[in-house]
Amino acid sequence: MQHIVVIGNGMVGHKFCDLFSRHPRRGEFRLSVFGEEGRPAYDRVHLSAYFTDRDADKLTLAPRAWYAEHGMELRTGERVTAIDTGQRRLQTARGESYPYDYLVLATGSAPFVPPVPGCDREGVFVYRTIEDLDAILDYAERIRHRTGARCAVMGGGLLGLEAAKATLDMGLATDVIEFAPRLMPRQLDDEGGATLRGSLEKLGLSVHLSRSTTAIGGNGCISHLEFADGSRLDADMLIISAGIRPRDELARAAGIEVGPRGGILADAHMRTSAADVFVIGEAALYREMIYGLVAPGYEMARVALGTIMADADCGCMPDAIDLSTKLKLIGTDVASFGDCFPETGTARSITFHDEAAGVYKRINISPDGKRLLGGILVGDAADYNMLHQIYRNGMALPPQPEDLILGARGGGGDAGAGVLDLPDAAVICSCENITKGRLCGALDAGEADSVKGLVACTGAGTGCGGCKPILSDLVDNYMKARGKVVRNTICEHFDYTRQELRDLVVLKGIGSYDAALDELGRGGGCEVCKPVLAGIFATVTAETANPQAVIQDTNDRFLANIQRNGTYSVVPRVPGGEITPEKLIAIGAVAKKYRLYTKITGGQRIDLFGARLDQLPPIWEELIAAGFESGHAYGKSLRTVKSCVGSTWCRYGMDDSVSFAIEIEERYKGLRSPHKLKGGVSGCIRECAEARGKDFGLIAVEEGYNLYVCGNGGARPRHAELLAGPVDRQTAVRYLDRFLMFYLRTAGPLVRTAKWLEGLEGGIAYLRSVVVDDALGLADELEREMQGLVEGYRCEWREAVETPELRARFRPFVNTEETEELEFVPLREQQMPKPW
Amino acid sequence: MTAYHTILPEQVTTWVRAGRTTQFPVGAGATIKVGDRQIAVFYFHRTDRWYACQNLCPHKLENVLGRGLTGEQDGVPKVACPLHKRTFSLETGANLNGDCPPLAVYPVTIRDGEVFVGIDD
Ligand code: SRM
Ligand SMILES: Cc1cc2nc3c(=O)[nH]c(=O)nc-3n(C[C@H](O)[C@H](O)[C@H](O)COP(=O)(O)OP(=O)(O)OC[C@H]3O[C@@H](n4cnc5c(N)ncnc54)[C@H](O)[C@@H]3O)c2cc1C
Ligand code: SF4
Ligand code: FES
Repeated sequence: MQHIVVIGNGMVGHKFCDLFSRHPRRGEFRLSVFGEEGRPAYDRVHLSAYFTDRDADKLTLAPRAWYAEHGMELRTGERVTAIDTGQRRLQTARGESYPYDYLVLATGSAPFVPPVPGCDREGVFVYRTIEDLDAILDYAERIRHRTGARCAVMGGGLLGLEAAKATLDMGLATDVIEFAPRLMPRQLDDEGGATLRGSLEKLGLSVHLSRSTTAIGGNGCISHLEFADGSRLDADMLIISAGIRPRDELARAAGIEVGPRGGILADAHMRTSAADVFVIGEAALYREMIYGLVAPGYEMARVALGTIMADADCGCMPDAIDLSTKLKLIGTDVASFGDCFPETGTARSITFHDEAAGVYKRINISPDGKRLLGGILVGDAADYNMLHQIYRNGMALPPQPEDLILGARGGGGDAGAGVLDLPDAAVICSCENITKGRLCGALDAGEADSVKGLVACTGAGTGCGGCKPILSDLVDNYMKARGKVVRNTICEHFDYTRQELRDLVVLKGIGSYDAALDELGRGGGCEVCKPVLAGIFATVTAETANPQAVIQDTNDRFLANIQRNGTYSVVPRVPGGEITPEKLIAIGAVAKKYRLYTKITGGQRIDLFGARLDQLPPIWEELIAAGFESGHAYGKSLRTVKSCVGSTWCRYGMDDSVSFAIEIEERYKGLRSPHKLKGGVSGCIRECAEARGKDFGLIAVEEGYNLYVCGNGGARPRHAELLAGPVDRQTAVRYLDRFLMFYLRTAGPLVRTAKWLEGLEGGIAYLRSVVVDDALGLADELEREMQGLVEGYRCEWREAVETPELRARFRPFVNTEETEELEFVPLREQQMPKPW
Repeated sequence: MTAYHTILPEQVTTWVRAGRTTQFPVGAGATIKVGDRQIAVFYFHRTDRWYACQNLCPHKLENVLGRGLTGEQDGVPKVACPLHKRTFSLETGANLNGDCPPLAVYPVTIRDGEVFVGIDD
């Protein structure tokens, strides 16, 4: 049996193993992988996600057990130190020696650290491995509390900007230093670079261009940077992201040919100068280039494996490698594809520039106007997937090619509709090399009917994930074109959408989860359908989370948000953010008694963190005695109605926004919905209550209130849109009743109002016709139902503490009176859970 | 984590009394303490079966699994961790939607309305 040895267990080395594990003739070979890093290969492309949760598991491409299950030997933490191409053996740092028949070098690259004096100071980092990120996080934690702590990032390229956004998000003031006169010099032209700079500066990054760093100053650890022009910049830490250098040291020492500026020389089959030695990924020099992207690396793995296996249809590397990229995670859209800066005379460029909005688009088309050669998108890359496909597939351009970038100006463009026009050979997922033909084949054969299904059966979208939007367009358009309705059914136990399920619950008068499962579902239920039905019962009968506690999502079951160490938070309702000194004192007294960490929330109220499960009932008993009610901060339900101070005090106020906010919060408190609901009321268009950032917002104007709906902050911020106005308070409430009830009835689980509106055919105009013009004749019914829910309100915390059977669930252990022992560490004058 | 390992029915040396059946929620779990260990005990009323596993979630090492939602996936009874919704089989302890190490699971038996969990110490 022949033995293939792979050196390097990074993304491309792993892809090689993955392809091998699925190869029909894998049985004729043995495969071993050596990796220098201590853990199995992980997703470097999404490395920055590690900053949010420090969860290395999430990045793992395949667990250790996967290699064993597929008969591959994985040796991590074992560096290969020498190769003898004559004897076909290699040696590892542990001094052991192994034979090979075929050798695949997948050693990747290392960050390039320019030889600047001081680059070995403490506080200077590179950005490539999980260990690098750990070191950065730990150091950032140490310096974060210094006043004015700053982080500098050397390099304004793709990676540098990603690192800079990450440190900015960590709360450090961040400077980006770029040697070239513009950001992302390799992907953007001057105007694109300038537009990007403007957007990044708005996010809070400071950008310094044309700076050449001459020294990293400091005493032990870094304190500043010095530049060739004599200027300097204070920095408490530095991340160097100045390019990559292929790791060719092993090959070089073994006498394998490398390029003059590094990189292991490869032919079109990824063969090196040594017999049966291949190179793939960032270590390879192919056509005088190193490719710092996964897609070309994956292609190399495919070609090298095909060559080793002598596959009949084994192709070779294409002459031109597609270097198109869409940037992620930097807070603004950036993408470039194809030839971004063609030589003058070889192309015609069309640009669109909206300085105020920070949008710049450029497309380069052939002089005869027939083909798209490449382009740049900054600030709005919604059209990237389509343009990229048109470019890759050499598709014919419309008579007015400018439509390609101007079409979406009004935001109403339909960039996705064209996906069905793509030829079958169009590669949709370039990481996995999956064509539209293959995807449609899977849909035709009924192997899949959703994006999730397509991902599962074809592997598309499992690489960088950049093709997900186009996959979802493909599924939607494909289904629509075949007259199939896309149904988002709940889970394996209920073959209905939330709306269907709710209708059936009402129609059949079903009152419990078990009855629903018996009559409408199958199997034993799960953590998905239980909370969905709990929510449905709440919107039908105003049921609180108490009677069927065990089907509630876990936060609702204990009427509190669970925290890092299994403690809970307590958030009493403070309608409109108005609170008396007496009530403030009462909250303070409770917090002091139970040693709760106290913080003002972003929702104008007070959160008390760190309560043990058993402490929740006594805490709430005391709060209820002081006149408080549940704030439902744990539920998918109405949170807060934020208000500004309004005309009671403010010299600009058009109305008493606080009173109105309180009235509305009191009306809808306890209302449980498909996702959380937030409202806002501002006294004038200065909008201090950020009402347009909420699911519903009211802004006082001369003649009454303008009512806005379907906005939110969060991960995908969206401003609410005008539904009606100006209207008087009473009308506003009636419209709100109708709007909310319509949403409660029709939205899918965990779909917030903004996303719901996106999916509503006809959009805001349709919603207005239902709510304001009563086009469906539902208005009275909706108002009646809402009135029923409003009247059905009870404070569920009061219910829970006053009923002994309900209270029993807060006991931590069934078999002893002991309480939980939890570890806290001091934080300023309070305490917090011991970090993970 | 080292304090927890799966016990098969034939390995049980001690049956720890967990409480009366009526002290456990129907269709969900509750927690008991056995020395320094915490064990989550679940009652699946639709199949009338009891399960027990370590209360410690292997993901972030928090003692929370007993408060998770229960369910079934392709016929396998499972619990979803309340912190990040990792789900675990209550039959084998395996992580069903990720690559966390498996949970230790314990045999449960009911005698005269009392719930007992089997351990080997
Ligand atoms: C406490 C608070 C932060 C603070 O210290 O200020 C907070 C804390 C949490 N937020 Fe928030 N959010 C808080 C205001 C906000 C705001 C600001 C606001 O309401 O004006 C936003 C953006 C506005 C918005 O919602 O559109 C906000 C957007 C989110 C999101 C993203 C929602 C989205 O649609 O994208 C989540 C995640 C989710 O709900 O799925 C979230 C979820 C959470 C959770 C519940 C996460 C969790 O499951 O543990 C946090 C738990 C808090 C706890 O244990 O009590 N929180 N969260 C704020 C509580 C407000 C309150 O009084 O109830
Ligand atoms: C933060 C970040 C973001 C990125 N974003 C993108 C993106 O959005 N899109 C994109 O296409 N690409 C992106 N990339 C680039 C992408 O990650 C790389 O192209 C890809 O990881 C290259 O894979 P590789 O296997 O060639 O190298 P690596 O993933 O670096 O793997 C090489 C492995 O070989 C090991 N090794 C080296 N020498 C030896 C030896 N002698 N013995 C044993 N083991 C050895 C190394 O330790 C390493 O684990 C990003 C990279 C980073 C760091
Ligand atoms: S929104 Fe208007 S009323 Fe409210 S505080 Fe601002 S200026 Fe004053
Ligand atoms: S702690 Fe259990 S899933 Fe994260």
